[in-house]
Amino acid sequence: MNVKIQNNKAWFLVLPVLLLVAFSAVIPLMTVVNYSVQDIFDQSRVFVGTEWYREVLNDPRLQSSLLRQFIFSGAVLLIEIPLGILVALMMPTKGRMASVCLVVLAMPLLIPWSVVGTIWQIFGRADIGLMGAFLNGIGIDYNYASNPMDAWFTVLLMDVWHWTSLVALLCYSGLRSIPDAYYQAANIDQASAWAIFRYIQLPKLQSVLVIGVLLRFMDSFMIYAEPFVLTGGGPGNSTTFLSQTLTKMAIGQFDLGPAAAFSLVYFLIVLLVSWLFFTTITHLDNKK
Amino acid sequence: MNKRKIFGISLYILFLVLPIYWLVMMSFKSNEEILGSLTYWPQHFSFENYMTIFTDPSWYMGYVNSMIYVVMNVIITLLTALPAAYAFSRYRFLGDKPLFFWLLTNKMAPPAVFLLPFFQLYSSVGLFDTHIAVALAHCLFSVPLAVWILEGFMSGVPTEIDETAYIDGYSFPHFFIKIFLPMIRSAIGVTAFFSFMFSWVELLMARTLTSIHAKPIGAIMTRTIGGEGVDWGLLAAAGVLTIIPGCLVVWFVRNHIAKGFALGRV
Amino acid sequence: MAEIHLQALAHSYLDAPKSPSDYAIREMNHVWNQGGAYALLGPSGCGKSTLLNIISGLLQPSHGSVKFDGKEVNQLSPSARNIAQVFQFPVVYDSMSVFDNLAFPLRNLGYTKERVTQKVNEIANVLELGDLLRRRANNLTADEKQKVSMGRGLVRDDVSAILFDEPLTVIDPHLKWKLRRKLKQIHEKFNITMVYVTHDQLEASTFADKIALMYEGKIVQFGTPQALFEEPEHTFVGYFIGSPGMNIIEVTIKGTAAVFNDTHVPLKPALVETAKAIASSNIKIGIRPEFVRVSDTPFDEGSYVATVLDVENLGTYKILTLSLSGQRIKARLEEDQRVPEHTAHVQFPEQYLKVYVDEYLVKGDEL
Repeated sequence: MNVKIQNNKAWFLVLPVLLLVAFSAVIPLMTVVNYSVQDIFDQSRVFVGTEWYREVLNDPRLQSSLLRQFIFSGAVLLIEIPLGILVALMMPTKGRMASVCLVVLAMPLLIPWSVVGTIWQIFGRADIGLMGAFLNGIGIDYNYASNPMDAWFTVLLMDVWHWTSLVALLCYSGLRSIPDAYYQAANIDQASAWAIFRYIQLPKLQSVLVIGVLLRFMDSFMIYAEPFVLTGGGPGNSTTFLSQTLTKMAIGQFDLGPAAAFSLVYFLIVLLVSWLFFTTITHLDNKK
Repeated sequence: MNKRKIFGISLYILFLVLPIYWLVMMSFKSNEEILGSLTYWPQHFSFENYMTIFTDPSWYMGYVNSMIYVVMNVIITLLTALPAAYAFSRYRFLGDKPLFFWLLTNKMAPPAVFLLPFFQLYSSVGLFDTHIAVALAHCLFSVPLAVWILEGFMSGVPTEIDETAYIDGYSFPHFFIKIFLPMIRSAIGVTAFFSFMFSWVELLMARTLTSIHAKPIGAIMTRTIGGEGVDWGLLAAAGVLTIIPGCLVVWFVRNHIAKGFALGRV
Repeated sequence: MAEIHLQALAHSYLDAPKSPSDYAIREMNHVWNQGGAYALLGPSGCGKSTLLNIISGLLQPSHGSVKFDGKEVNQLSPSARNIAQVFQFPVVYDSMSVFDNLAFPLRNLGYTKERVTQKVNEIANVLELGDLLRRRANNLTADEKQKVSMGRGLVRDDVSAILFDEPLTVIDPHLKWKLRRKLKQIHEKFNITMVYVTHDQLEASTFADKIALMYEGKIVQFGTPQALFEEPEHTFVGYFIGSPGMNIIEVTIKGTAAVFNDTHVPLKPALVETAKAIASSNIKIGIRPEFVRVSDTPFDEGSYVATVLDVENLGTYKILTLSLSGQRIKARLEEDQRVPEHTAHVQFPEQYLKVYVDEYLVKGDEL
């Protein structure tokens, strides 16, 4: 580990980034905060303080949406992280096959998210879709448009298909940085494949996994286009996640006040969870 | 490579390829066929959808526009993130930890929140419907990610290299460009790919900030959703074409990704 | 414990080697006996690490075979050959404590808990790691990490052999000596076959019963440190061993003397006959600086007059550089010996004068 030098002039190196991001972030954020404590609908711009926040936090629509969102993000992480690690372990390490695998892995990531929803929308239909027809063909009564469980299954499967590659690519990169000597030493120490994974590969993957977990959590918590295109939030509101509820409030009902309040609450939740995760990992790191 | 691994990875690749195969098949079919029945191969193989895209300027300009602002974004991101990541990696300074975390938080805000404020902001400075507006707006999330990844990589490079360079009389810019950057080529490759990817697929902001001149392909694709229903074949063809630039990017940086992510934190 | 036999072994890193220089290891036959402490000594690039990796199984030889107790093991991995190897740079499992690092191979082999604790403590004591046992492995200094690496190799007493690839490179000089002694103690205690690769002759002679000196992919001599010193069988051995190395002078044979410029050095007739029989123009004589007799007064017989060029005072001894017929010769003088000023008389005692034809020692009893 390198020792860092104390030097406040380093601010000059960070300045461009700071200006760029602040330009993009702070100003809109201020606007949002502003809206959240005002009553927009009424042109008189009355300062209503925390009333919107109370209303938002007590709204049953939002509460159920939040619950669904947590379940979804939890499921996403539980499936995609181990699967991504597994895929990275199975991938060829060099040669033509490795390059081909990398390109195929990247493909789902490069498709615009609404198109992803579109693909799966047709893919999952029993009459004209490959998967839908196959599942019904082997006797499973599958219809994502009418059955909430099937809708959840499809949305989850779509997300796994779409995003596991991100975790896999990060982990693949991380694994390539382990010097051969470690594997040789483990072989000499008569280590089993599991021991090699647990004591050599997993520790080295820790940093990439932090990035992977945080990115997947953030993006899954804010997911909008894919489930919206696939199920429209249905059947009913069984697959209506937070973003969709928020957008409905803001645009559908033009209730900018509560919408802004809600988006701030939303942001704070993501912030809290990420901060907890981040500090736990760095704390564990420093304890060593 | 043992048999279990080959079987496992082939299974996963199959899983990834099937929907893409489906997409490609749809692009060669007519709408009637897509909506009519399940066929594994187009009954009437047709390039019509692709021809529409290649001959209609308003269609292919969508790709061009997207490419322009994405490339702009990647360049701006790398140029600003590299020095910042270096600072975070090598120096302690007042407020460095909170600043780093604040950067990450910018990726956490739901983009929907920023739509209206961004719209007002960029309109007021006359940058509405320009490529640079989208490129700058995307910096909101691409720069933090770039700084995050690059910093981890840079921390894995020993400071002895820096010190040796100074003793040998290199000026900071000279050292940075001639010595340091080549060492983190892999990081730059990986970061470039992720920046490209996230900017390329981002639709909400890109659509909000543009109208005609800089309209991205994602916005053009909504044209396929018309009064009579969705033009699935055209949408599929457009979708297939969006995958190709990204694949090229991956192919070019494949060696960098394979070279490894030597993150210094562990 | 195993007897290791290298049979017609050669190795090239190229797919289609043509000339001898394409080979990292030139064809050799060699036996490492059970329980011995051996050093593989040689300069960088001579092939010693390659040879070590072939013995351990990290590298498959391109030609020939490696046999353990008569059984060919070419295709077997190090763990299948039951070999422990210590690398030049520390390899530790960062996420585990020092204790767990040392215990790792034993636990993988299914040792009982008591046995594990006993062995780990034993080795930790020998390597002076006792205080660090509870510390996390990535919090150690480089030499502590290397000791842990070595400890993992030493903690198993059922191995066929333990191989060391320049393990003391990262260790502080004052610790090197201590560790060398410890390794020797461990060897005496457990009697495991140990092969130690190094480029440092002092390390080699302290550790090993027998040294295999390698040069350009061949083992040029295999013997005790003393044998290598007193009877170097190759000019390289003479040059490499000793500080400074042997004086080696190119000569031609005229009559019964070795001649260079205008100096005639008489040789034993048997040596002359053998040298002539080989009929090569590459003839050299060699004598170690320790055995060159120097005086400021002429000797009774067979002395030559040389000019004193330089004197280096190295504490307990001095190195004298002389010029004899334009040829540089080094001689070693004890600290109480008189150092000649400008000219000196030198003598090459016959029993220490070696003759080399085609780089190899000629003993005169070959005929």
